[in-house]
Amino acid sequence: MADFFNMGGYAGFVWSAYAVFFVVLAIDAIAPMLQRRKALKELQGRMRREMSRQKPEQR
Amino acid sequence: MNPLVLWFHKFGSPPYFYRVAGRWTPWLYAIAFALGAWGFYGGLFMAPSDYQQGESFRIMYVHVPCAWMGLFAYGFMAVNGFIALVWRIKLSEILAMSAAPVGAAFTFITLVTGSLWGKPMWGTWWTWDARLTSELVLLFLYFGVIGLYHAIEDTRQAARAAAFLALIGVVNLPIIHYSVEWWNTLHQARTVSLLGNSKIDARMLWPLLVLAIATHIYFFASVLARARAMLIGLESGKEWVRSLAPAQVTHG
Repeated sequence: MADFFNMGGYAGFVWSAYAVFFVVLAIDAIAPMLQRRKALKELQGRMRREMSRQKPEQR
Repeated sequence: MNPLVLWFHKFGSPPYFYRVAGRWTPWLYAIAFALGAWGFYGGLFMAPSDYQQGESFRIMYVHVPCAWMGLFAYGFMAVNGFIALVWRIKLSEILAMSAAPVGAAFTFITLVTGSLWGKPMWGTWWTWDARLTSELVLLFLYFGVIGLYHAIEDTRQAARAAAFLALIGVVNLPIIHYSVEWWNTLHQARTVSLLGNSKIDARMLWPLLVLAIATHIYFFASVLARARAMLIGLESGKEWVRSLAPAQVTHG
């Protein structure tokens, strides 16, 4: 197992490369989720504002 | 109408796209993750070490699929950009602009992992040879497309301007692909080819192909997820988007 992690002496290079791959793709995967949440929140705020603007007229 | 064409037209309608993409993305992420795990298992445990490069060649399993994806994502972006410019299909604009950050991410990984591979094998982190330089230009093209899209206020105009830039940048794709043949590069020549024989041991090859499929599926998952998020903002005046907001808001 230690042999495996040592990667024939190239451990630093090999594991760094894999770390970069996973970190960058994790950020890429999380980004659209945050964007969607933000867009929905903005939509909600906009609708709430419109609602409060309409209400006095309706009464 | 031909059912495929009909489906295509339906798919171009934002509410339908939003619904279908939302159903697909979790599956695409899951399949990409499972294939990725299988491919990395094969690449790290099953593949024998290289007779010249020892264990360092295992960087290939992250470097090469990402390099392919950088080119594929650019092609996807350019095709959608072309459709957006010619037929003015809104969804194509959105898909093209969704592909840019994913392609940039893959190209960035390619450059960094290539550097991490180059240091022990070539003795240098970076060299201005044709393959490396054209790949760096690809990353800057992605940045240009993303930057241009965000620099223009009107989103539809922005998407068309960015799509035009993306189309011009297509000239870089064959340069990247053939750079190792046209010029004398430090970067090694192609070992895997779609047609004809690959110059690589089968036990080394299959994990690479599995990972190539995994990254392609991941790309589509990420693009669909991004396109959905963009649609909410771009179509926020439409009824179908407003019905997505929680019920207590819609009913006052």
